[in-house]
Amino acid sequence: MDRKMFLSGNEAVALAAYDAKAHLGTGYPGTPSSEILDEFSKAGGSAQWSPNEKVALEVGIGVALASGRAIVTMKHVGLNVAADPLFTVAYSGTPGGLVIVSADDPGMASSQNEQDNRRYAVAAGIPMLEPADSQEAYDFTVRAFELAEEFRCPVLLRLTTRVCHSKCLVVRGRTETSCPPIRYEKDVKSNVMIPAFARLAHRRLRARLAAIAALNDEKNEFNLEFPGKNGEFGVIVSGISFQYVMETCPDAGVFKIGLTYPLPLKRLQAFASRYRRVIVVEEGDPVVEESCRAAGIPAEGKAEMFRFGELDVGRVRRLIAGDLTPETPPKPGKPPELCPGCPHRKSYEALKALDCIVSGDIGCYTLGVLPPFEAVDSCVCMGASITVGVGLRKALPEAEARRVVSVIGDSTFWHTGINGVVEALYNQPPTGHVIMILDNSITAMTGMQENPGTGRKLDHTPAPKLDLVSTLHGLGVKKVDVVDPLLEQDRLRAVLAEDLKSNEVSVVISRRSCIIAAARIKSYEEKNK
Amino acid sequence: MNKTVNITVSGLGGQGVLKVTDILAEVLFELGYDVKKSEVHGMSQRGGSVSSEVRYGEKVYSPMIPEGESDFLLVLDRTQVEVAMPKLKAGGVLVTPDDAPLEKLANPKCANIMLLGALSRHLDLPEEKLLAAIRRSLPEKLHEMNEKAFRDGRNGK
Repeated sequence: MDRKMFLSGNEAVALAAYDAKAHLGTGYPGTPSSEILDEFSKAGGSAQWSPNEKVALEVGIGVALASGRAIVTMKHVGLNVAADPLFTVAYSGTPGGLVIVSADDPGMASSQNEQDNRRYAVAAGIPMLEPADSQEAYDFTVRAFELAEEFRCPVLLRLTTRVCHSKCLVVRGRTETSCPPIRYEKDVKSNVMIPAFARLAHRRLRARLAAIAALNDEKNEFNLEFPGKNGEFGVIVSGISFQYVMETCPDAGVFKIGLTYPLPLKRLQAFASRYRRVIVVEEGDPVVEESCRAAGIPAEGKAEMFRFGELDVGRVRRLIAGDLTPETPPKPGKPPELCPGCPHRKSYEALKALDCIVSGDIGCYTLGVLPPFEAVDSCVCMGASITVGVGLRKALPEAEARRVVSVIGDSTFWHTGINGVVEALYNQPPTGHVIMILDNSITAMTGMQENPGTGRKLDHTPAPKLDLVSTLHGLGVKKVDVVDPLLEQDRLRAVLAEDLKSNEVSVVISRRSCIIAAARIKSYEEKNK
Repeated sequence: MNKTVNITVSGLGGQGVLKVTDILAEVLFELGYDVKKSEVHGMSQRGGSVSSEVRYGEKVYSPMIPEGESDFLLVLDRTQVEVAMPKLKAGGVLVTPDDAPLEKLANPKCANIMLLGALSRHLDLPEEKLLAAIRRSLPEKLHEMNEKAFRDGRNGK
């Protein structure tokens, strides 16, 4: 099989995982990673949405413990949720190939921060591959499984927004691989991380990283070197920035790093010695720059102003020229807003009418912060609405505490919001708490993915449907009201007003399908009858 | 051909900006060019400004077009002309809703395809290949309507 296709980075990762015969793809949707599992499923792979990234990674670890290949996908902040299993599976490793996709969002096209997850590779001690286009996304994904199996360790595949969503030519099947058979072998010293075994595992981890660093210092398919026209100028670069550098300075010597951790420091040293001036061009944190400096490689970094946002050809030109004059911000376009007819609009109107302090969460409904609603008061991370709301209620004087409402979506509730309900019940504030679940019956912001409450699997076929009301009752919430925010606007306000007065933990489920997804949901329901 | 040709398409979420660049990129891919296309998904798409870019030539590096280097700029919504203009190079071709006979549209949802037709007057791309790519990108019941929109756009006002 050797086919030329026009693919986004996400599509390329998906097809590579399929071609590498990954046994399972799992993850939680998050821009810019969301399309990978859908495409993997469409290609014929076995894919699922887990309730959150920690769960997804742990399921992936299980598959890889059975010697299977697993691909686990998430956005950069998702890796924070999955960090607990990440740091320990780095020690234990797995016999099967475990590939973890971290899709970073420098510039925050659709995120709450622009953290640089190359830091996770260093912190956890996990090798990281960083493709610069869709072809490399394909090739590196296949190789990531092999690398993981060869060294018995997970591999991080770091993508960024522009790699995920830009399309370019890919030769599929260029990289071939054979997949080892599924088998279980009891190996407690490797797989049970009690302190006695973990101490040994940590030493193995460092030895493994040294071996991978040695491999990276040899000529390999991950790193590319382009000799310069002369010995004047060399650039060290990784990921999408490579494209900008090649366009900006065609005459420069370029060392393109594909295996970003552990770095090929000896090769970088040799590269740097061949040029009079060497600069590291990297988006985000000065990760490569700092490592070069620490290794005594005489490479310049970028000015602090280029740490913010994503790079592009124009910015790389300025970065290399050392042009520190203020950049002209792009002309402000039309900001995003809740769709006309979006059911969240009615919920926010009610919250605003009652002068609530809204502890918000991550989803389309975060847009309630913008005019005309301006109704969201805080937003931190997935699931934080309920817990931050509890904290606010604990600190504020009673009159203000009573105005606090935690607002969360259905998918976000299953993700980590459910833990917040446990907290609210167990450590109940004196004024109780009011939680509003905006149930639009889909994971809307990231592109209409299914979740545990929709009754459908990733591929929209029937699945057991977890019921919000009985879940909440089961946890111990006594008062749960289900209201249609469009057809029962008065009732929504009345229920909210009543709950705000009580000293109990109560939940209002504001339930109406996402207006964009409604027709789609109906057609799935018809098909699944 | 050594030079990279740059096409920017701008509009608002829901107007079919990405559909237009998908169709263009597919045709260019078929014609054997090196092609790159960029777009951004997620929050910014919710009714806000949307922009997508296609670059083609012998060898293309950056998937995004540098400021002021777009040879062509197609804007699907008049309000977005000012926002998108910095992309267009001096002397580049601007196509806006004013350049298409929008009154002939059977369905306003086909405006993006009509404007693609209007843009195609300036591009050296075979009409049949564009029409075939349009058909492939849409369900069959929408073919006739969109083919007409494309032709009306291509024939001009």
